[in-house]
Amino acid sequence: MSGHEFQSFFPDSGEVDMSDTSTNIDETTMAELRELAGRYPRARSALLPMLHLVQSVDGRVSPAGVEACAEVLGITTAQVSGVATFYTMYRRRPGGTHHVGVCTTALCAVMGGDALLDSVSDKLGIHPDETTPDGRFSLERIECNAACDFAPVMMVNWEFMDNMTPARAEKLIDDLADGKEVTSTRGATITSWREAERVLAGFPDGRADEGPSAGEASLLGKSIAEANSWTAPNPEDLK
Amino acid sequence: MTDTLTPVLSANWGTEESWTLEAYRAAGGYEAVGKALKMTPGEVTDLVKDSGLRGRGGAGFPTGMKWSFVPKDNPNPKYLVVNADESEPGTCKDMPLLLASPHTLVEGMIIASYAIDCHTAFVYIRGEVLHVIRRMQQAVAEAYDAGYLGTNILGSGYDLDIIVHAGAGAYICGEETALLDSLEGRRGQPRLRPPFPAVAGLYASPTVINNVESIASVPAIVKNGAAWFGSMGTEKSKGMTLYSLSGHVNRPGQFEAPLGITLRELLELSGGVRAGHELKFWTPGGSSTPILTAEHLDVPLDYEGMGGVGSMLGTKALQVFDETTSVVRTTLRWVEFYKHESCGKCTPCREGSWWLVQLLKSFEAGTAQDGDVDKLLDICDNMGGKSFCALADGAVACVTSAVRHFRDEFEAGYTTPAWEAFPYGRSALFEVNEKVEVHA
Repeated sequence: MSGHEFQSFFPDSGEVDMSDTSTNIDETTMAELRELAGRYPRARSALLPMLHLVQSVDGRVSPAGVEACAEVLGITTAQVSGVATFYTMYRRRPGGTHHVGVCTTALCAVMGGDALLDSVSDKLGIHPDETTPDGRFSLERIECNAACDFAPVMMVNWEFMDNMTPARAEKLIDDLADGKEVTSTRGATITSWREAERVLAGFPDGRADEGPSAGEASLLGKSIAEANSWTAPNPEDLK
Repeated sequence: MTDTLTPVLSANWGTEESWTLEAYRAAGGYEAVGKALKMTPGEVTDLVKDSGLRGRGGAGFPTGMKWSFVPKDNPNPKYLVVNADESEPGTCKDMPLLLASPHTLVEGMIIASYAIDCHTAFVYIRGEVLHVIRRMQQAVAEAYDAGYLGTNILGSGYDLDIIVHAGAGAYICGEETALLDSLEGRRGQPRLRPPFPAVAGLYASPTVINNVESIASVPAIVKNGAAWFGSMGTEKSKGMTLYSLSGHVNRPGQFEAPLGITLRELLELSGGVRAGHELKFWTPGGSSTPILTAEHLDVPLDYEGMGGVGSMLGTKALQVFDETTSVVRTTLRWVEFYKHESCGKCTPCREGSWWLVQLLKSFEAGTAQDGDVDKLLDICDNMGGKSFCALADGAVACVTSAVRHFRDEFEAGYTTPAWEAFPYGRSALFEVNEKVEVHA
């Protein structure tokens, strides 16, 4: 050794975790992976949805899942791993039943997101990118989730939890831990991260009709327009 | 004189089960498709050109002109790809649109696809919005059942399939060529242009990529006419659009107004900056658009107005920050975002964003060295315009504009931590126990 130690700038950017080879992938999964590949003009376009499906089955991108995708698409496992490690939603290690995200991009951070992340982290007893020992929760410091008019924003299994406060977050986590029914502010009843991943893969769960049409902030301009009788021009008036 | 607010896209939001086909049709939905399919594709494109509709995703390129760039003599299939990867910090208009009225997009996609002779269209939605994806999946299934998708749509002989595709967490996939690579099942990295997607896009075939709001605006244009659309807005920025107000305002939310409204007007409608505070800085269209200050309150929020004051209309994501906010902290958070989201393909962006974060952390901690503001600007100079895509330009824009307006605050970072000059708890919406911020 020369004494010079290479230090990676990307300490957590490892490959797919090959040490845990367990898998639940069976013939049904393989058939669904093939079905996804068949939905596109070119099969490889299905790789992102296929990896979502692998996560819903194995709780992470597993070595067997990588091999299954490679086999179905006729590409190498290196090509699949290269994609799996590029996108932040793909996990290399098992997450919790419920995946909690707290937004700390500039606007949410300033509006209280930093403090919210601290309190959620304290409540769960884990840091971001960790999972509770009982496997019930994992925590992620997320980036802007397109709900800035509802800041500070938290997500549970990628469902909106708008206008969050530390007190509300604490109750939410208690309710989830107790197995109580929890509903997203602009979405459906909270299921689990794995069930969410299955929907993202392209297998609907029949919950689209749950939840509201829009949140209060989304309707603000419309309600002000109604109160003032403001409308878009009437096309008949232009003729 | 048009009204101050003009709900068109948002007109059916909040109504009973607005996301269903039945509710959408009851509100006059899918009338435009019938009308468009009786026109020639060329007539539809000309109508959208005449309306003056410009891209609502950031760049503002004329939508009809983009469609007309698709070569007619290319033997490959043509594709329409709708960019629903809404991830630009501050931007939150397309997700509520798709949640409340996914059929508006489906209808727009049918019309746009018909205009460019496309038979397979995609909507690429960021993966982190489960319920939006559910609503979109269901809307497409309903449209198939009702004969608006599939073969021989409404007896016209025209066929179209729509594929709803979920992304997997990558801001860069909002960049159109990275989106195409991602949709091809690869790492989402931008392509060098030319060739442009109109000539060689998805599967190296002619492809039109449009933002959700742009395509969602098409049915109203077909239904009501180009003159109607042009009767709203300004000379070069026509039509209505969604403005998203967030941050330190009394009532944040979505406002659909003719292009050219000002932030002062929007603030008046939303009850102004939160009580006891005043405006410090704001973005007109997401974090990639240079920040502005109170002196720009009366500049029209349209493509020309924002360009004229050295910024951009962008996504019309108006993020408002009051005087409690540290510019250094906010800039650092934005640049951390770009650092994390840099795809790593181009060296100036990949390395530069790392350097910027390290420097900005020292400004935040009050440990920056004398002269580091110039170093910051020098790094920006080595990043801007030197990569395949505009991600680095966005990172640079928030830094250079922050330094331009608040240089003294950066220089204070030679001696004073940002959290001492601007105790962070004061910016929060709820009571925060102050503690020194140390993040890894």
